[in-house]
Amino acid sequence: MTKEYKGVYTFAEQVDGKLTGVSLELLGKAGDLAADLGTDVTAVLLGKDVADLANELIQFGADRVILYENDQLKYYTTEPYTQVITAIIKEYKPEIFLIGATAIGRDLGPRIAGRIHTGLTADCTKLDIQAESKNLLMTRPAFGGNLMAEILCENHRPQMATVRPGVMVKKIKDENRTGEIINFEYTLEKNNKFVTVEEVIKETKAKIDIQDADILISGGRGVGGPENFVILQDLAEAIGGEVSGSRAAVDSGWIDKSLQVGQTGKTVRPTLYFAIGISGAIQHMAGMEESDYIIAINKDPDALIFNIADVGIVGDLFEIVPKLTESIKAERNK
Amino acid sequence: MNIVVCIKQVPDTNEVRIDPVKGTLIREGVPSIMNPDDKAGLEAALRIKDKNGAKVTVITMGPLQADEILREAFAMGADEAYLVTDRAFGGADTWATSSTLAAAISKLDYDLIITGRQAIDGDTAQVGPEIAEHLDLPNISYAQEIEIDGDEIVVLRQYDDCSHRVRAKLPALVTALSELNQPRYMTPGGIFDAYRSKEVIKWVRDDIPVEDENIGLSGSPTRVSKSFPKAVKEPGMKIEKSVDESVQFIVDKLKETYIL
Repeated sequence: MTKEYKGVYTFAEQVDGKLTGVSLELLGKAGDLAADLGTDVTAVLLGKDVADLANELIQFGADRVILYENDQLKYYTTEPYTQVITAIIKEYKPEIFLIGATAIGRDLGPRIAGRIHTGLTADCTKLDIQAESKNLLMTRPAFGGNLMAEILCENHRPQMATVRPGVMVKKIKDENRTGEIINFEYTLEKNNKFVTVEEVIKETKAKIDIQDADILISGGRGVGGPENFVILQDLAEAIGGEVSGSRAAVDSGWIDKSLQVGQTGKTVRPTLYFAIGISGAIQHMAGMEESDYIIAINKDPDALIFNIADVGIVGDLFEIVPKLTESIKAERNK
Repeated sequence: MNIVVCIKQVPDTNEVRIDPVKGTLIREGVPSIMNPDDKAGLEAALRIKDKNGAKVTVITMGPLQADEILREAFAMGADEAYLVTDRAFGGADTWATSSTLAAAISKLDYDLIITGRQAIDGDTAQVGPEIAEHLDLPNISYAQEIEIDGDEIVVLRQYDDCSHRVRAKLPALVTALSELNQPRYMTPGGIFDAYRSKEVIKWVRDDIPVEDENIGLSGSPTRVSKSFPKAVKEPGMKIEKSVDESVQFIVDKLKETYIL
């Protein structure tokens, strides 16, 4: 029964007509999985006036885009999206269906899996094809990042997973890539599950997406207070990075929640990650250990962060960081 | 108005540690707590009860020990409590868990169902929306504010960079964020009553109108093939030197890696 299901499908999440980062990351991973399976990649794109995004999806790795446009899809709501994607799954029978583990994807995924009656693995950080069975091997953290679990969905199709943003790597955009675009026909069926969006409240502060930053200067409890983040900001400006922080810094109200790195915050993999006054709780390390290069500064020689840092400096951040900022400025001016 | 709140007993994952020698989870001595998002959901239900009047029923699926969080819910102000407990339900993934809980809830009166967004031991955020699917209800996830307006509910729904004010017809299911509120404390009288005069109703396999193929390990589309502690990265170098030497050391490393 599972044999008739073919192809790797991804949900191309867009908000206000812009594709989210994880949508492109999914295409990168889907390409690897499709190569292992000898099949191709299809992106499923829904919204109002979003047709011009189809080419972008092809340029980032989709072989085919299934497009559904409807004025009622101006804002994401659960039921119409679930209806359309369920219809697409029933018609095209994908073997694998991947969704970004965003505030939208983690609402949509379970609703679709519930309706189709298939398994869904949440918030995966690793996806592979099992050699003999060709099943999708889905790896995810559990127990606050303390434990990793490998999960299979052997007898139900599609094999569905939501994938944590910032973990998979998107392909380099290829403007010469071509693909097929299919307009999907479907009439929404109005029912008790439709809801009305009465108001959209945008965050007023211009937000920095720490997942896009190449260098992050992250502060934790050891920074001591919101006013002390200034010295991290100075270092960030000197080196060309952004400021982020641990849950301790966010819970204390020192920095905004959107800047939180960790299991309950964001997963980041910058080229360089400074962990300053961060002890290294497992839930924090779950969000940054894939960084290319980690420098930790902490006065406690036994801090857990030193176990994963490439360079660990035991010392007083209030002395070291300002001097480091000056040295970097001097180097840059040479 | 009848409100059903789904709650779960979880190990406090902030207290979970890895055995440095064996590389396994140390669960002994880790306290069990009511899942924080669920507790916020219960508090939201109790506030609706305080304001508009409502009967608040709590339900959990788990081992007999989960009785503790139902007593805690009584002490906070819940009116009725159900413990769904049977070996037949063990090993369930989110699909089987949600079909079991949905079948149990179908025996109760409800206008509103509240679940936490996610449990801190599994972090899936799937059981709430899947219960709504099994019961054919609208769901609104990630609630920051909840308000009842006649036979409708208005929820401030959190997204990554904005919020939506969403209106749904009751009955509906809402998943609550722990940011929703500050849950009240149990009162001493409430704790006394919770253990002396309140009764937790136990439901076993035969009490739940659900097919065998939709429960427990065998009714779960997914299965855990392996679990293992996270691979430990080899630590790099650690130095304890003067401030100037430390700064120079970092600058040298940044040059070596071509960042500077």
